[in-house]
Amino acid sequence: MAEAVFAVSAVLILAGAIGVVASRNPVHAALFLVQTLVGVAVLFVLNDAHFLAAVQVVVYAGAIVILFLFVIMLLGVDKAEELRIEPIFGQRPLAAVVGAALAAVLGTVVITGTDVLTGLRRAGGDRALDGDATDIERMGRVLFSDFAFAVEITAALLTVAVVGAVVLTRRASRSDVAASGDA
Amino acid sequence: MSGTLVLAADPMLAGDIGLVEVVLTLAKVVVAFAFLLVAVMLMIWFERKLLGGMHQRFGPTIAGPFGILQTLADGTKLFFKEDLVPDRSDRFVFKLAPYLSLVPAFLAFAIVPLGGDFNNGGQVEWWGRTTYLQVADPPIGILLFLAMSSVAVYGVMLAGWSSGSKYPLLGSVRASAQMVSYEAALGLAVASIVLVTGGLSTHDMVAVQAAEGYFGIIPRWNVIVTGLVPFIVFMIAGTAELNRPPFDLVEAEQELVGGFHTEYSSIRFALFFLAEFMNTITMSAIIVTLFFGGPAGPVLVSEVGGVGIAWAWGVVWFFLKLFVLLFCFVWMRATLPRFRYDQLMDLGWKALIPVALGWFLFLTALDVGRDRGWSEAAVTIVSLLVFAGAASLLVRAVRSGRRSRDLEAARPEADPVEERS
Repeated sequence: MAEAVFAVSAVLILAGAIGVVASRNPVHAALFLVQTLVGVAVLFVLNDAHFLAAVQVVVYAGAIVILFLFVIMLLGVDKAEELRIEPIFGQRPLAAVVGAALAAVLGTVVITGTDVLTGLRRAGGDRALDGDATDIERMGRVLFSDFAFAVEITAALLTVAVVGAVVLTRRASRSDVAASGDA
Repeated sequence: MSGTLVLAADPMLAGDIGLVEVVLTLAKVVVAFAFLLVAVMLMIWFERKLLGGMHQRFGPTIAGPFGILQTLADGTKLFFKEDLVPDRSDRFVFKLAPYLSLVPAFLAFAIVPLGGDFNNGGQVEWWGRTTYLQVADPPIGILLFLAMSSVAVYGVMLAGWSSGSKYPLLGSVRASAQMVSYEAALGLAVASIVLVTGGLSTHDMVAVQAAEGYFGIIPRWNVIVTGLVPFIVFMIAGTAELNRPPFDLVEAEQELVGGFHTEYSSIRFALFFLAEFMNTITMSAIIVTLFFGGPAGPVLVSEVGGVGIAWAWGVVWFFLKLFVLLFCFVWMRATLPRFRYDQLMDLGWKALIPVALGWFLFLTALDVGRDRGWSEAAVTIVSLLVFAGAASLLVRAVRSGRRSRDLEAARPEADPVEERS
């Protein structure tokens, strides 16, 4: 049963991933991304990580890709792109190299797992708490004890990002520009 | 030009023109004008009255007993309409979008407990199997509802985009911005409930609310336990999430024709319609579950002819509560005028989210205080002081932001500087 679910969702994930890269229309690419994300959520459920699955759908599918779609629609770039022009020189050969490196890393991860086919390995190492606490309890405990600093740093980072975005989108009035021009 | 000036064939104006003639003419003008105005009023009434009689239209007050067959008639009509797919549309996404609206509405309803005797754990025993009276009780519980409401945005967004025309696109961008904005407030209100329940399962939420209440008569519903504020926030944010009036800017027909489903017709439009009403029912059911104790309630008659029917009372209470909430949704639609778009965003971001967040922190402080044995009164006073301080800071920030925006708009040279490098 678990193998069957894994096989189906693996096919969904990989097909979605290929679709993201291969589709010419950005909106279609975003939809394929949703397919991949939902497939990953299914894998989380398969591993009893129900909370992660819910977060995967709420945050990634429900917020981030929606934001992508927003930008695509508002900028009106929902047409096929001209692919012959290379805006940054040397970008494509470099992408090939990085892609090969990534494939090598991922391949190593899969092969060194306990199951060679699926790359199965125990997540969390010694940190995985046993007992009958639900995954959400365990995660909350770990996040707000061992990783409290990381959580707070992330919160600060996000706040800075929001403030930065507001400052960047604020229209500069002419007097401000003149003042900075004099300096 | 020669000869006498002829103003009209009216013999009154042929001779000298004095005061009497002027007054008479003015009176004629006024009478003619007034007649036309009054006649328009009467004509509108006359036309509608006659058409009403000639159409023999069977509306929701007449068709069938209590007019109950009206929906069947609507459905039949929609089935027989032509199914149009616009030429410039993205055909696959256009056909997919209605289902993306429909499926989340179905799935979210699965976690709603529909019945059961919650004075006894809320389980039912049918044919020797013990089960809950709900389709599913997943470990993520109420998060499934939040996940589904965020997925439901796709239906609206893609419908507008794939239609390949302007108004649907504008409508869908507007709708998805609204739904994404209000999801945050919705989630924060749910977080308060999760806090007092101590878990995510909807079954547990009802079980906690079914416990002994206050003074023997007031039930232990979350709407009271969490102090009304999360309920109000959830109700407003939920209405906005449903795109129902007064938040139906999505289909403001004066501005956007029909909004995101302008290009849809026939059965595909019916699917959107179905999803909208299903979402309303699901949202009401979720509100009943979260704030009004779901199927929890007294068991008046526990047995009829040796067959235990205690669980059926849960169903009765649930549907009664659901009905009251659905009535409230219709009531709001009939009473409140539509918001303007900036008012909508202001309400969501500057009022609902801060209030929901502040109240959540207050409940958390109370919870921690109970754990540590702090005085509840002291915790409340300190929290309220912090709350007031934060609120005044926020109000100041909003006000100064508005002032500088006004200043910038008032300055003559304030037109945006082109940013090209």
